This record gives sequence, structure tokens and C-alpha cells, in this order.
Amino acid sequence: MTVLLLALAGGLGAAARFVVDGLVRARTGDAFPWGTVLVNVTGSLLLGLLVGAHAAGVLGPDALLVAGTGFCGGFTTFSTAAVDTVRLAQDGRLRVAAAHAAGMLVVCVAAAAVGVALASALLG
Amino acid sequence: MRARTERGASPRPVHLRPGAVALVAAGGALGTLARSGVTAAVGAGTAWPLATTVENLTGAAALGLLLGVLGRRTETPRVRAARLALGTGVLGGYTTYSALAVEVQRLAAGGEPLLGVAYGVVSVVAGVLAALAGVVVGGGRTGGRSPRDRDAADAPEAAP
Repeated sequence: MTVLLLALAGGLGAAARFVVDGLVRARTGDAFPWGTVLVNVTGSLLLGLLVGAHAAGVLGPDALLVAGTGFCGGFTTFSTAAVDTVRLAQDGRLRVAAAHAAGMLVVCVAAAAVGVALASALLG
Repeated sequence: MRARTERGASPRPVHLRPGAVALVAAGGALGTLARSGVTAAVGAGTAWPLATTVENLTGAAALGLLLGVLGRRTETPRVRAARLALGTGVLGGYTTYSALAVEVQRLAAGGEPLLGVAYGVVSVVAGVLAALAGVVVGGGRTGGRSPRDRDAADAPEAAP
């Protein structure tokens, strides 16, 4: 049962990523992949919140698995981020590519840390 | 001409078409199950989050390969469906950035900041190299910015 919910949540996350990315891209254009950035940062924040809620004893292990591994895992994407960096580099924008790769990591880790801290402050 | 015909027949941008969203969702469900399977197979015996590393690097290489191969082909509804289901769906769902971010945070907060930084940096650098290797093997380029551009080009907003 949990496996079914995990798959369902992963599919929902992937679909949400596709829609959010498309909506962002329609506004910002294709010069820089802002859609994937937004998806990964908000997904990292959400997973931080869930992990913090689990640590505070508010969220059970199955719920963490479905919402965290399932939804957040399906929503965020490492492969597209890596290909986006390659694409920027192949377009000759090496500095933008490096800033994209480094910035994504720093901002996503910061978002995850904020999520964990926020959850433990509110629920701990 | 094909794009114009498609646009006339289906005025919605691709990310709002139920069929396209369903393809991505189905692929994402499969990719999530595959990630869960790899996590169970690799196990969690080491401080370094090995399962996420394996998932992200193999997924980045596979997406590079897929887009490299598809980038050489003429964009048809079938090629686009393959990209959405396998690329955006399966491989997007198979890899994860949120787990990477939370694992770096956990290592740093758990008294292993150097390991956390090393894990994050190695993942990102190796991920880009893996994606590049996939692209090169698949055809040399991702088709420039074509996958995104072609999807966007079907959006009414992008029409002249």
C-alpha cells in the first residue's frame, strides 16, 4: 500500500514539476532555466520541513516516505539540473553554467536547512 | 508547418495539456519506484549517502544520453512523447535534488561539515560530467536549447 502511495506521490511530484517549469518558462523565457531552479529550491525547503516535522515526532515514517521520498523526490530533479548546466556550457556561457551549478547547490542546501530549522522551531 | 498545424489543433501550451501531464506523471511514478528500489538495494551503511549518489549520477548520464539521441531527430509527436515520459517523467522522478540538499544539511548539522561539502560538490561536478558524457555519446549536443525551445514554441504566447 505504501509502495502504491509512494509511486502516486512521485508521479504527482513529477507532474507538478512539469507544470510549474512550463509556467515559469512562459514568463521568463529560455535564456536561463529558472523553472528547474524554483522547483528544486521549493522542493528542498519542503523536504527540510518534512524531515524536521519527522524529527519533532509530528510526522510518521510512512508519511515521510510518501511525501518526502515520493512527492519531493519526484518534484525535484538532479538530472535536469545537470543537463541544464551542460546546455548553458554548450551555448558558450561557461560562467553562467558554473554559477548555475554552484548556485543551485548552495541555495537548495540553504532552503533545506531553513525548512528543518523552521519545523523544529514550530513543532519541536 | 507541422508545429503550426499542431498549434491550430491544440492551442494550449504543452505543460497544460492533460495528455502530456499524464505522460510525465506516469513516468515520474516509475522513476520514483526505481529510485526507491536502488535505495533499498544500495542500503545505508556509509556516512556518504551512496544511494542518492548512484541514482543522481546514473540518472544524469541517462538523461544526457536520451536528450543527445532525441536532439538529433526531427521533432515529431512521438519524439516529444518519449522525451516527456522518459526524460521529464522517469529520469526526472528517478533523480532527486531535495534528498541531496537535505543530506548535505544533515551531514553539516551532524558534525561532518567537510563531508557534507565534499558530498555536495562531488555530486554536482560528477553529475554535470555524467550528463555531458551522456550527451556526447548520444549525439554531441542536447540539440542546443531545442527541447525547451520546441516545447515553448508550441505555446501560443511564443507565436508571433
